Amino acid sequence: MAGEKTVETTGLLGWLDRRFPVTATWKAHLSEYYAPKNFNFWYFFGSLALLVLVIQIVTGIFLVMHYKPDAERAFQSVEYIMREVPWGWLVRYMHSTGASMFFVVVYLHMLRGLFYGSYRKPRELVWIFGVAIFLCLMGEAFFGYLLPWGQMSYWGAQVIVNLFSAIPFIGPELSIWIRGDYVVSDATLNRFFSFHVIAIPLVLIGLVAAHLVALHEVGSNNPDGVEIKQGPKDKYGRPKDGIPFHPFYTVHDIMGVAGFLIVFAAIVFFAPEMGGYFLEYNNFIPADPLKTPPHIAPVWYFTPFYSMLRATTAEFTWVLAGAAVLGAIALLVKSNLKGILRIAIPAVLIIVAVLLRTIDAKFWGVVAMGGAVVILFFLPWLDHSPVKSIRYRPTWHKWLYGIFIVNFLILGFLGTQPPNDVYNLISQIGTLIYLGFFFLMPVWSRLGTFKPVPERVTFHAH
Amino acid sequence: MIQKLIGAVALMFACTGTYAAEGGYPLDAAPNRVNDVAALQNGAKLFVNYCLNCHSASSMRYNKLQDIGLTDEQIKENLLFTGEKVGDLMHVAMQPEDAKKWFGTTPPDLSVIARAKSVNAGPTGADYIYTYLRTFYRDTARATGWNNLVFPNVGMPHVLWESQGPRELTTVAMHEDAEGNWSRVTTTYDSQGFAEAKTEPVPDFHGHATLEAKFKALDPAKSAAYDNNAADLTAFLSWMAEPQQNFRKQLGVWVLLFLGLFLLVAWRLNASYWKHVR
Repeated sequence: MAGEKTVETTGLLGWLDRRFPVTATWKAHLSEYYAPKNFNFWYFFGSLALLVLVIQIVTGIFLVMHYKPDAERAFQSVEYIMREVPWGWLVRYMHSTGASMFFVVVYLHMLRGLFYGSYRKPRELVWIFGVAIFLCLMGEAFFGYLLPWGQMSYWGAQVIVNLFSAIPFIGPELSIWIRGDYVVSDATLNRFFSFHVIAIPLVLIGLVAAHLVALHEVGSNNPDGVEIKQGPKDKYGRPKDGIPFHPFYTVHDIMGVAGFLIVFAAIVFFAPEMGGYFLEYNNFIPADPLKTPPHIAPVWYFTPFYSMLRATTAEFTWVLAGAAVLGAIALLVKSNLKGILRIAIPAVLIIVAVLLRTIDAKFWGVVAMGGAVVILFFLPWLDHSPVKSIRYRPTWHKWLYGIFIVNFLILGFLGTQPPNDVYNLISQIGTLIYLGFFFLMPVWSRLGTFKPVPERVTFHAH
Repeated sequence: MIQKLIGAVALMFACTGTYAAEGGYPLDAAPNRVNDVAALQNGAKLFVNYCLNCHSASSMRYNKLQDIGLTDEQIKENLLFTGEKVGDLMHVAMQPEDAKKWFGTTPPDLSVIARAKSVNAGPTGADYIYTYLRTFYRDTARATGWNNLVFPNVGMPHVLWESQGPRELTTVAMHEDAEGNWSRVTTTYDSQGFAEAKTEPVPDFHGHATLEAKFKALDPAKSAAYDNNAADLTAFLSWMAEPQQNFRKQLGVWVLLFLGLFLLVAWRLNASYWKHVR
């Protein structure tokens, strides 16, 4: 057998293994992938995100069989799916509930990363791929939301695409180019459909694969933030604090899946609109380009960022410019940045401060909204704390995380409400808290008395 | 400022209170008859006879009414008038241009109106429809002769007026003018729609704009029967907005029971694998 690889397996599997790494892949990613023993509740959400991705893809395939991406027929075709396609209502509700639950699961998954420092060295790329997945998910949700062609679909898309017109010089042309028309129209619907069903899902799946490959390369973090690969090993060289992912975490995750599906099914079968937050009531009115709804609110998962957009008024740019100048001075006077960065970063901050007062506030609203997501990419280099996990951080750090979470929820609530003076002020404070949490992280994350990190993970036998 | 902030935060977490429709009029809770076949059938009859002349329900097929216990024969005999087939969608013959001319607007399609009129974490579309149908009043200031409390200056006339009988209306509105002076405006509409208004200033008023209304039915028995019909029609519109909703809930119980069992098995399976992990 010239050129054939020698493998341990026999029969069909052996034939396959000589040509394709079936057994090797199975071992590397499942049966001999050692994950820390001490995963807790928060570790369900990674596998659940994968489950929701599968639900979205499978239900999406069936929806596309009956949906018509045509401004004249789109709204009607969704009702056709709801009424006349056998089980169409179930498939559609699973897809609409799946969209919201995707964000629930992903927000909790990201929060877990934040709590236990899962983005820290050597897992920076795992985190960066993850944030890219989050960005794709936001794009996917935005493009998909236009498809039912209801009033909120239409006017939501109109508002968001108009944001691009705030970009200096190229803005107005850019927004026309995105829409393919002067207003959101059939052309827009067709291209959004294309993005929703093929372009973004392709990128998304690629990124999910990269996220998992990167994770399995460096190994999972855990609630203690202890590296199990550096801990004691058994005689075969396997980490003593690790356990094979399969079968131990597969059975564990199946339990998580069961719990999740109970929540998911309860929504699908008993509250598919979720009080108007998963399926907005206004979206049961067909899109009407001549009738602007009195109150346009994005779906709940975008509202924290939408609040930051609305908070950025002309007056608020004074506050932001002031903060940038203060930051520049602080960096010049007292920082341990080396070389060119020591001058470059304050210089950039001063330029930003000047531009904040020269370019229209609407543009900075877009920057604040986008920046609130983009800043997550830099998290691995913003966190300077000597420990990874929140467990061994000073108690007041936990309070900071608490404030951050509550603040995010308040911003989310405000984004669903019509604006008024008091709400605007609160969302401006909220925006400062959100941005401050990240921008000041290099300072606050190393302050305080840290607790000693144990050698081994904390694990209590069941 | 701080007080204002605290007040706003308190408001955010306690934003229940009274929900009002566009006209600022609080909505009545509609009786829930979406499981009541007799009510749905009566509602379907009223809908096809009175609403479907101007309003379409273009996502709805006549033979979908089988789901509320009607046979094809019953549908054909009682609900099809102008040569439609039982498998047809509920379209209307009226042209949108004509509708614009006659009513100033195109009557909306009613397929999913009960869902469209719901409010986030507030009253349902059924409450809106039920209150809307029962708050028409005669108003000589309107071209159609009719006005509505829920939908002020509505283009639609009170199609079912004969079955409701004559009514008088008294409204009491708390109103704030541009200078911030509050006044109480009491308006009475007689059964022919002639209005008489009385304005009294209310100094030192601390509150918000409100609208209270009291109808007086001159034929109470007829008016009560009308309310019952309005409830049936509302139930039908709610059902039509999602015809499979009752089946959805029935199926949901079985799905949850199965998943509960699944969770139990998954839990024990997990426990047995992890039992020996030290």
